[in-house]
Amino acid sequence: MSDATSTREAGHAVDDAVRHFAPLQQTLIMSRRSVRLTMREVDGLLTSLFLPVMIMLLFVYLFGGAIETPTAQYVDFVLPGVLLMCTGYVAALTATSVTRDMKEGIIDRFRSMGVAGGSVLTGHVASSLVRSCFASVLIVITALLIGFRSDVGALKWLGVAGTLAMFVFGISWLAAVFGLLARTPEGASGFSFAIMFLPYASNGFVPIESMPGWIQGFAANQPVTPVIDTLRGLLHGTPVGSSAWTAAAWCAGITAVSLVLTAWLFRRRTA
Amino acid sequence: MDEAIEAVGVVKSYGAVQVLKGVDLSVRSGSVAALLGPNGAGKTTMVRILATLTTADAGEAAVAGCDVRRERSEVRRRISLTGQYAALDELQTGMENLRMMAGLTGMNGRKAKARSAELLGQFDLEHAADRRVKTYSGGMRRRLDIAAGLVGSPSVIFLDEPTTGLDVRSRHTMWSVVSQLARSGVTVLLTTQYLEEADHLADRVAVLDQGRIVAEGTPAQLKQRVGGHRLDLTTTDHAAFSRLRAELGARAMAADARELTLSVATDGTAAEVRSLLDELDPAHDAIDRFSTHGTSLDDVFIALTGRAAVAGDGGGPASPGGSEREAAHV
Repeated sequence: MSDATSTREAGHAVDDAVRHFAPLQQTLIMSRRSVRLTMREVDGLLTSLFLPVMIMLLFVYLFGGAIETPTAQYVDFVLPGVLLMCTGYVAALTATSVTRDMKEGIIDRFRSMGVAGGSVLTGHVASSLVRSCFASVLIVITALLIGFRSDVGALKWLGVAGTLAMFVFGISWLAAVFGLLARTPEGASGFSFAIMFLPYASNGFVPIESMPGWIQGFAANQPVTPVIDTLRGLLHGTPVGSSAWTAAAWCAGITAVSLVLTAWLFRRRTA
Repeated sequence: MDEAIEAVGVVKSYGAVQVLKGVDLSVRSGSVAALLGPNGAGKTTMVRILATLTTADAGEAAVAGCDVRRERSEVRRRISLTGQYAALDELQTGMENLRMMAGLTGMNGRKAKARSAELLGQFDLEHAADRRVKTYSGGMRRRLDIAAGLVGSPSVIFLDEPTTGLDVRSRHTMWSVVSQLARSGVTVLLTTQYLEEADHLADRVAVLDQGRIVAEGTPAQLKQRVGGHRLDLTTTDHAAFSRLRAELGARAMAADARELTLSVATDGTAAEVRSLLDELDPAHDAIDRFSTHGTSLDDVFIALTGRAAVAGDGGGPASPGGSEREAAHV
């Protein structure tokens, strides 16, 4: 009897070690899984990569000539807007991945193996950051090819990357909320389009002063605008001012609310 | 710890619908048990409760000696669940899926790879190890799915409708997979709506109907409950059918007004069959033909619930045919 008890306790000690280590390892495995799935989802991947290039060319060559902006070249003005539109879209695709997981049996398998819902969702958010990173690099390369120039230092570019990552992180978690709410992947994909349109009603493509009065209030105070102001300041080497703080507050707020909602929805959805 | 699964008075409702109305279930360690019932009987809900994916509204359940509510993570480390829908990533290869699952149980890379290779061999999937699951056939997916559940060497395995939607050949392959698992000493609880499947695989069968266990025992015991044999009677006309049906009352195991047939339990001896025929048809004008059969679990099911297992619920897949049944028993 005492032998059996001590064996059982020894077993538990090992189990405890595994338990403390498990969430981290599981989150890493889930991230690797999501990235791999993203890379193999050829259609989605091509859209995520070609869309930014197309949008960039579309705005600069088709619309840009007609838009009056404070910068000498339209491409200088529009780069942050395109960056946000495309990374936002790419991040919002998280919703579709989350819905697909929830709908298929794999979430039950993960849960019955003791994998936390948070690990699965974090995996999707991590893969969203990777996707966005690719999309951003492609956009900047395109911008450079068509005449964008910036003489700011590496530190400011790092700031640009950090700001974008913050934004993508927030939108990805928000997308996870919609992914948990939607019943079908098709329904979830509606969210991507909603997010994609947010930058239109901001200072991303045209100055806010050129918009009708009733929409100016929204455009000036929605989360995308301070993020764009921050990026613009960093890229052009002009003062960023308070917009960086406003942007950070928005992103942190969106992330925090989304985290609470995902935890609640996940429990409700799997009860 | 003799019982691998022990449940008492499990109740579960979804909204106003009570899916489980107080289910008791016990499964001996190392045995194969089948939860048999039609669609909507509550089989999946019961399995999800035992696998800690859903909590019961009332009742107690322990799996592998641990309480499913209070010791959830202990239970999870000792079980595996294979559901009706393949829990695999189509865009990953068989090997990648298994290595991922192995990693999630806490194995390091080298161990995960070795265990995955071992399982691929055991389930005859070595040739497809590096192919994406998308390209797998239904039977291959189901095998990989079960393999994925085994990476952590669980002691209790839940298989929720392991053969639903498979063709006859894949079903038979799956049967041998389950038999193999049973021989390795693990406890298996499977759900099925196929009576022949329960008959073929399970040491004990619990019949679940509308949220209640209506019968429990070995397949042989269950068959005994309706007599060793079944006497099928074809009546001469509708009037005779009605009269005999009334006369038999609850003794009728089955009645088909369109075919004018009735079934009644018997021990199969000539003496009893003769006396039954005389008793039911003293004037020798009501029964046209008769035949006797060994009872199947189908008979048990019909006798217990008043309905056929699969045919009764409309949308479900067709019941396996008679010829297949014979083939399965050869």
